[in-house]
Amino acid sequence: MITPEILDQHNVTPDEYERIKQLMGREPNLTELGIFSVMWSEHCSYKSSKVHLRRLPTEGECLVQGPGENAGIVDIGDGWCAAFKIESHNHPSFIEPYQGAATGVGGILRDIFTMGARPVAAMNSLRFGPIRDEEVDDSREQASSRSVARNRRIMAGVVKGLGDYGNAFGVPTVGGEVSFAECYSLNPLVNAFALGLVRREHIFYGKAEGIGNAVIYVGAKTGRDGIHGATMASAEFDEAAMEKRPTVQVGDPFSEKLLLEACLEAMRAGAIVGIQDMGAAGLTSSSCEMGARAGTGLEINLDLVPQREAGMTAYEMMLSESQERMLIVAKRGHGRQLMEIFHRWDLDAVVIGQVIAEQRLRVLHKGEVVADIPNKALTDEAPRYNRPQRPFAVSTEDVTPKIEAAVSNLKSQAGGESQVFTEILRRLVASPNLASKRWVYRQYDHMVRTNTVVPPGSDAAALRVKETRRSLAMSLDCNGRYCHLNPREGAKLAVAEASRNVVCSGARPLAITNCLNFASPERPEVMWAFSETIDGMAEACRALGTPVTGGNVSFYNETEGAGVYPTPVIGMLGLIEDARHTTTQWFKEAGDVILLLGVTRNDLGASELLSVVAGEASGAVPLLDLEAEKAVQKVCLEAIQAGLIRSAHDCSDGGLALALAESCFSSYSRNAVGARIDLNEHAKLSGLRLSPALLFGESPSRIIISLKPEHVSEVKGIAQRAGAACAVIGEAGGEELSLACDGKPLIEASVASLEEAWRNALPSHLDRPA
Amino acid sequence: MKFGVVIFPGSNCDHDAYHVVSKVIGQPVDFIWHKEQEINGYDAIILPGGFSYGDYLRTGAIARFSPVMKAVKDFSHDGGIVLGICNGFQILCEAGLLPGALLRNRDLKFVCEHVNIRVERADTPFTSGYQNGQILSIPVAHGEGNYFCDAATMAELESQNRIIFRYCDSGGVVTYESNPNGSLNNIAGITNREGNVLGMMPHPERASESALGCKDGRALFLSLAESLRAMIKLRA
Repeated sequence: MITPEILDQHNVTPDEYERIKQLMGREPNLTELGIFSVMWSEHCSYKSSKVHLRRLPTEGECLVQGPGENAGIVDIGDGWCAAFKIESHNHPSFIEPYQGAATGVGGILRDIFTMGARPVAAMNSLRFGPIRDEEVDDSREQASSRSVARNRRIMAGVVKGLGDYGNAFGVPTVGGEVSFAECYSLNPLVNAFALGLVRREHIFYGKAEGIGNAVIYVGAKTGRDGIHGATMASAEFDEAAMEKRPTVQVGDPFSEKLLLEACLEAMRAGAIVGIQDMGAAGLTSSSCEMGARAGTGLEINLDLVPQREAGMTAYEMMLSESQERMLIVAKRGHGRQLMEIFHRWDLDAVVIGQVIAEQRLRVLHKGEVVADIPNKALTDEAPRYNRPQRPFAVSTEDVTPKIEAAVSNLKSQAGGESQVFTEILRRLVASPNLASKRWVYRQYDHMVRTNTVVPPGSDAAALRVKETRRSLAMSLDCNGRYCHLNPREGAKLAVAEASRNVVCSGARPLAITNCLNFASPERPEVMWAFSETIDGMAEACRALGTPVTGGNVSFYNETEGAGVYPTPVIGMLGLIEDARHTTTQWFKEAGDVILLLGVTRNDLGASELLSVVAGEASGAVPLLDLEAEKAVQKVCLEAIQAGLIRSAHDCSDGGLALALAESCFSSYSRNAVGARIDLNEHAKLSGLRLSPALLFGESPSRIIISLKPEHVSEVKGIAQRAGAACAVIGEAGGEELSLACDGKPLIEASVASLEEAWRNALPSHLDRPA
Repeated sequence: MKFGVVIFPGSNCDHDAYHVVSKVIGQPVDFIWHKEQEINGYDAIILPGGFSYGDYLRTGAIARFSPVMKAVKDFSHDGGIVLGICNGFQILCEAGLLPGALLRNRDLKFVCEHVNIRVERADTPFTSGYQNGQILSIPVAHGEGNYFCDAATMAELESQNRIIFRYCDSGGVVTYESNPNGSLNNIAGITNREGNVLGMMPHPERASESALGCKDGRALFLSLAESLRAMIKLRA
């Protein structure tokens, strides 16, 4: 008997229950209700987001597989395709950082090799609350000393979990982003990205085709872990969240590695018709989705499922989220061959059922039918909500006065203008958002498979594709502060920046995947921000010609009423046609001329500068002109492809001064190089005289490039033809970074001292007794 | 001449070792499955990096019981060349082919980055292409690379010149700071008494192509090929 209490425990509303009864033509039993509750959870059904996601552009020349499968796929030439996707593991990572993050990697890797692709790269996008002692403020829970200490623990655990899983599996973690803000204190975000390579003719899908074909369970045994994980990820947290630790699964990268090798071998052997990972909602989602996609059904017998513990109920087995498991529909006559392959890799492989003509999910246990549900009721017929929206005012505030006040305040302490700006730059490089992330990425094996041609630290990571002369560039980007102040423009800026980053590495942007992290969709402001985000993203993706190949929505990133900034993380993939054109952000040699593409406006709203000197996230976000963006990207790519460019660096968070400092810092294969900069020509082109904005403003659509002196006129010609602003701003060389405008010094610092502050910032906050 | 690269369940640098031998130095190479009980027709065996059997118990502790390891032992006792990289080094120590053990890194964290190592001996089959004292930039990627052995063993390693690589700074000076994992005496690689088995934590296969930003590791594989060629000639 299903009572209101049981419905409540399952996060099923009374209206939804009525719908379930209607679709079933009867009352469901408890197992069936459990199955509905996970399949209709926000996490699995996208019930609040689907009506909006439709507005995203999902078509493009290079697209082989758009949204709806386990991963999106694009064509990268010579018969090769790249499968890639990003997914959130936010809720489990808050409850149990190490395993939560580790299983996030495991899940996304399975999504990739389920398609027949061998994973060759991973990245991640992480958001945490403040980790600095100086930010402690016990009047606010999110900044309390307790929270700051916990934030450090969560970050350490998450990074170790991501590293340990990827490292053992043998996929290089080549890049990503890490940033910090108070709203992530009780709601850390952990988004894991993976990319794999597959021959076009070897792509596999999650379809249960061929009536009578055997349904085979492979991989790890089923245990009681992770039951209702998807439901947990579909509700906001409260103080009791820690009690949900048992709903977090435990990862085993070793099993996953064996599973990968065995699956790819079985695919190559032609033994597989369809295959799907048992991710969220485990056996339930894999069995009904595979049937739904093929217009068939599945009948499975739980007595045959390999079990880790005795006495599991049908309910527990159907809802378990034990890791490293797959469901396979075998090609007729190949069942034995398939089992032999898995046994060779010491993995369980058991026939647990068959494909049936009726479009139903039928589950047998101990001789009884314990669930019998039409597939479509669980998938296509899941509820869709067009939830109410309430617009909020996007900020249009000009923060110039605030900045001026802060600067003059600093002047009274530091002295002259150039001392003040130099001091500000010193603070910016040491701010956790902008500081070196080496503490994080040195814990990731970013070189295994020997394809990493641009390791973490530059604008985008680049990976060679050994079988071709091409390389792939990839980048994850989002500025939560922008999205919080203006969701539509913030989403556009995220797409533009991700695209600019891959262009800076010498790649043509191909397509994106996205991970949309939001607070509760039941709050109308959140839903409005979501809708705005979709429209902004759609506009930018259309303008830049990069369709959406899929992704993930994570709602309910909210604890005790306080939610995260809208954080739509964009994962951009680009193609470097000739691997020799792979470019990094670092200045190469003294004497190289430095140019700045694009113009600087008075864009100090929502900036890192404002956050560092005034502790505020406010103001109007930078204005993005998509036509100007396209022009700047075109110039950069064309000049790189013509072999004229020695370095290219996107200019964004922290502004021009920060970007120049980053280009000066030493990297894995070269020493630091200084730069002498005069912004005169650029300031004239921009029509801007305001020093803070010139130095630290975050105007988009700007790229710093360096080149040999003899190539300057050619590059200027390319810029002129494309209608993009382009100014010589200086020359590389020496041990200092100096910036001046109109002969007036603005910043003068030794590169070594800036680099030391930049490198030591994260270790100084994280490597200490807990 | 033929190289063999052993695949343990959980090996993940097997393809990298295979690639460098076949594509970078252009020599014949085969994979060897861990369940093989005999290995015939090889001149050098590479135990690649990775996490054999998940390395949940202790690195290399399970792999040493693999059927193939008995064959590798016999091969090395007959004078065959064996190179263990990273997990391969850990397995060689567990299997007793090299002395000592590899403990958790000093700071308890996995570390992946380029480090400098100094070539202590250029008269081995693995290092003949280098100069004595040459400084190489080679990446490490491990959580357990902290070499440890007892004082008597260390005295033996030092007096017999069996330390082939040491971590050092960019000027070649052996310092505390340049040691990425806390290894005793900054040890990055050692050989057995006979000199035909080398274990090293750094990954020369990741630094053998200019496309990857560094070619310092390539000479190790070229040295091996050269030495094998000489040995084969001698046998004939």
